[in-house]
Formats: sequence, C-alpha cells, structure tokens
Amino acid sequence: MSRKPYIREVSKTGWYFKQPRYLRYMSREVTCIFIGAFALLLLCALGRLADGPASYDAFLASLQGPWAIFGLLAVLIFAVHNATSWFNVTPKAMPVQIGEEFLPGKFVVVAHYAVWIIVSLTVLFLAGVF
Amino acid sequence: MAKSNKPIVWSLFAAGGTLAAFLAPVLVLLFLLAALGRVPLLLHYSQLHAFAAHWFGKLFLLVVIALFLWHAAHRLRVTLHDFGLRQDTAVAVVVYVVAAAGTLLSVLYLSRI
Repeated sequence: MSRKPYIREVSKTGWYFKQPRYLRYMSREVTCIFIGAFALLLLCALGRLADGPASYDAFLASLQGPWAIFGLLAVLIFAVHNATSWFNVTPKAMPVQIGEEFLPGKFVVVAHYAVWIIVSLTVLFLAGVF
Repeated sequence: MAKSNKPIVWSLFAAGGTLAAFLAPVLVLLFLLAALGRVPLLLHYSQLHAFAAHWFGKLFLLVVIALFLWHAAHRLRVTLHDFGLRQDTAVAVVVYVVAAAGTLLSVLYLSRI
C-alpha cells in the first residue's frame, strides 16, 4: 500500500444525491419501507380480525381520514414503483434461452406486465370492487 | 466450506419482491378504497373472517404477510447501509427479528380465526 493512499471523499449519508441514477437506485430501494409498513398494516388488520367484529370495525373506522388516505396513497405509489422496477429487470434476472438465441427482453417484460394486470383485475373482481 | 445464511434471506427477499410486485399495488388499493369510505366487500368483517377461516385464505394471508415482511427486512438492511448506517450485524438482528416476530404473530392470529 502506498504511503499516501488517495481516498476519495464520499459522503456516507448523502452520496446518492450526486447522480440522478444513484437517486433512481435509492428510489427503488426505499420501496421496501412502504412494503414493510403495509405488511405491518395487514398484520394489524389480521389481529383485529381475530379479536372480533367490534375490534375490526374500529380498525376500519380508524382508516378513514386524510392521514390514512395520504399514507396509503404514498404506499400505493411506492408499491407500483417496486412492481414496475421489478418487472423491468426480469430479462436480466431470468433470461429465457431458446436454442442458441435469447428471447428478446421486451417479451419477458411485457409478459410480466400482462400477468400483473390480470392478477390485479382478478383480485379487484374477487374482492367485490366491481 | 464457509457457512452463510445469505441464500436463505436472499431467496425470501426475491420471492417477497416478486409477490409484492404482483400483489401489493392491488392490495393497497383495496385498503385505500376502504379509507375513502368505499369499503370493498372482501374487507367487511363477515367476508374477511370467512376468507381467513378457510385453509386457502389462511395460507394466502400467511404467505403474503410473511414474504412481504422478509422482503422488506432484507432490503431495509441493505438500504440502511446505503444511508450510511454501518452497524450491519445490529441492523440485521433487528430487521430479521421483526420479520420473524411478524411471521409468528400472523400464525398466532390465524390460529385464533
């Protein structure tokens, strides 16, 4: 090791503001905070469901209000961001080889989006939204 | 050979991320509708209780909650490092303990339904 090693000064806490693509990377990573928060909300709903109708209805009532709407809207935005960024890298994560050639990435991505739309519409239908 | 628990937590992260990509937006939308006062039929007590009472509903809810939690836990561990928090061992213990506790709690709640 040289006696005067060059150490580039990089902020450990703010490095991702240096470049737009670092910021885009972080925007994908922070989706986990919202997915985790939603998982805890589901867990809370399940606990209230197990407690009985009065407790569960109180939980549903506590969801009504501007803060819950704002929070769930933020969770929805980041959940969609997780979905689109996840599907967009699927050709790299699992390339489909046919003989000597690879299936063009866009087919893999489009297939994921198609399944996503079908799954979402099916859940909405089964949940009685329409 | 060096032993590592990385493949286990990474596979839970990847499985959870894929499940979240397909299901999280629409599930969040159901709760958002409820918050807007248009509670979907499934989220009414009787309907959701009947769903959770069936073995398939139990399995679905357990898999969704557990995989979302483990996905978020593993990614949060990496993300906290990116935010400059370098106490990886402590962070790993906290996030995985929360995910494990959430998994056990959901089993407990489901067993009471």
